[in-house]
Amino acid sequence: MAERRIRIVMAKPGLDGHDRGAKVVARALRDAGFEVIYTGLHQTPEMIVTAAIQEDADAVGLSILSGAHLTLFPRVVQLLRERGAGDVVVFGGGIIPEEDVPVLKAAGVAEVFTPGTPLETIVRWVREHVRPRGVRA
Amino acid sequence: MSDDRPREWKERFTTISDLEIAPRYGPEDVADLDYARDLGDPGQYPFTRGIHPTMYRGRLWTMRQFAGFGSAEDSNRRFHYLLQQGTTGLSVAFDMPTLMGYDSDHPRAAGEVGREGVAVDTVEDMKILLAGLPLDRVTTSMTINAPANVLLAMYVVAAEEAGFRRQDLGGTTQTDMLKEFIAQKEWIVPPRPSMRFIQDMLVFGTRELPRWNVLSISGYHIREAGATAVQELAFTLADGIAYVQAGIEAGLPVDAFAPRLSFFFDCHNDFFEEIAKFRAARRMWARIMRERFGAQEMRSWWLRFHTQTAGVSLTAQQPLNNIVRVTIQALAAVLGGTQSLHTNSMDETYALPTEEAVRVALRTQQIIAHESGVVNTPDPLGGAYFVEALTSRLEAEAARYIAKIDELGGMVRAVELGYPQREIAEASFRFQQAVERKEKLIVGVNAFTVPEETPIPILRIDPAVERTQIERLRQVRASRDPGAVRRALDAVARAIAEGENTMYPIVEAVRARATLGEICDVYRAAYGEYREPAII
Repeated sequence: MAERRIRIVMAKPGLDGHDRGAKVVARALRDAGFEVIYTGLHQTPEMIVTAAIQEDADAVGLSILSGAHLTLFPRVVQLLRERGAGDVVVFGGGIIPEEDVPVLKAAGVAEVFTPGTPLETIVRWVREHVRPRGVRA
Repeated sequence: MSDDRPREWKERFTTISDLEIAPRYGPEDVADLDYARDLGDPGQYPFTRGIHPTMYRGRLWTMRQFAGFGSAEDSNRRFHYLLQQGTTGLSVAFDMPTLMGYDSDHPRAAGEVGREGVAVDTVEDMKILLAGLPLDRVTTSMTINAPANVLLAMYVVAAEEAGFRRQDLGGTTQTDMLKEFIAQKEWIVPPRPSMRFIQDMLVFGTRELPRWNVLSISGYHIREAGATAVQELAFTLADGIAYVQAGIEAGLPVDAFAPRLSFFFDCHNDFFEEIAKFRAARRMWARIMRERFGAQEMRSWWLRFHTQTAGVSLTAQQPLNNIVRVTIQALAAVLGGTQSLHTNSMDETYALPTEEAVRVALRTQQIIAHESGVVNTPDPLGGAYFVEALTSRLEAEAARYIAKIDELGGMVRAVELGYPQREIAEASFRFQQAVERKEKLIVGVNAFTVPEETPIPILRIDPAVERTQIERLRQVRASRDPGAVRRALDAVARAIAEGENTMYPIVEAVRARATLGEICDVYRAAYGEYREPAII
């Protein structure tokens, strides 16, 4: 049986409007064969989690440049868990200091991509770490 | 020999915006140029060589470092520090909730207060921000757009309460909503009502604030979002055309407000492309103002501009290399004839800059001004075959875009159609692909990398800022006259509904201690919130 395509919700939490990174990554993932739903800007964690559940996403990619990542990324993870979707893989990127990366990972963010990461690295990581939900052992 | 062409180490030589560059340039490439018609001496129409006859021999550019973080007190301290260090103009960065018109205690502000700039909720915050500053002598540039009318009103009221007269206040509000919809994406209401607020500000500024630049037409954010140099030039000038049109439609004679329009450009790594962009911008704007809008005053023809070095060109890898990038960019801005300049700090891909990093950035400008000798004569590159040919090339390509936008019905319509947004997303993706294929090399990122990066110190914002800010906001709300606030907000709503100038009631609402969020809620109620169609 052919595996269904992996679905990724790309979202911009927070109030900053720097969507260049989110769009470039969304397009690279789409070109790599994933199904990508881009939520647009200025999303609250609640809006992102609702989108992820409605779209039956396997992963959520978060992009942020406003400095509010320590507040907003863990909130997305927590809301997914509360709504029974704790197995949705959450990854993110943006202007995020190195020392914040372990904090985000401890909060349940699977991977954080900082500036200069090649698109190929992100695509490869998604390919290796995201599986269609419900198919996992 | 089978091939007598000199060997070259690349197939194509291109600018960072992917314009192909010929093997060499000579007299044939500038044969069409007429010195008097197309260049003119510095200070002469069409100002390709600069707006002043003496340029930096008369006066250096303003060294204006953008700053603002944490609380109003923190930012005020940074301003006093910058003035002591020799900066000559202030520039305020606001935090995201302020940019979007939310108070600091709004649920959407959580985690964002004071992060990327200073939080301003009421005129009380503005008074702290400006405390002790000589507001009749320094000029203040405020990077604020969607709620620019509220922040301008706060500046006026804070200054008046500190004893200054409004006619003596000098500075700039960015107010460029078209580039927000195109690139920077901090908005409140949709494009058309946004243009109406700008018309009210233009009229208010013309009547009340003779030294204030209400609008700074900005290519910076367009470029940072991934536009090419040509797109930055074209979309910025097309935005300018839309604003001039709006001012005329508001009943202002063009020469009454055009002299106080200013521009704001990016300066990226491609040295000659950037210099050509600035020169082309001046020539194009002079002709647009004179020929298209019939402006008579020389000052209306001038394209005066601020430049910021390209934040997007900085790398997180080997951050000290960024000092070199900023130096090259700053030099291009000066050779391009900028009126003011912000140099980025080496650590800005991590966080807001530390004081030491800011000092190096400012010193870079001072070294260019006082040690490099490039200020000794205006437009020192004028007449160089390559520079003139590239200037004409950028002009021709940008003119094609402007014609396309005119054809769509002008920039407001083009924005509603998502046209510039799509062009930029396309260009930014193409650039990223070129980087991935190593057709474009970025030192330290896809070439000349080091395995272990040495960490540099970064600035952390104290999370207590959010709590104290919310506390102060609540105190202001508790200590004001609620009836007066209600009446003042109703007056704003009435002006919106009845087509009166909104600036006057906004000033009174601010004086009554209405908050930023309360005033912007009046806008949201009247016009609804803008939602962007998500384009990838």
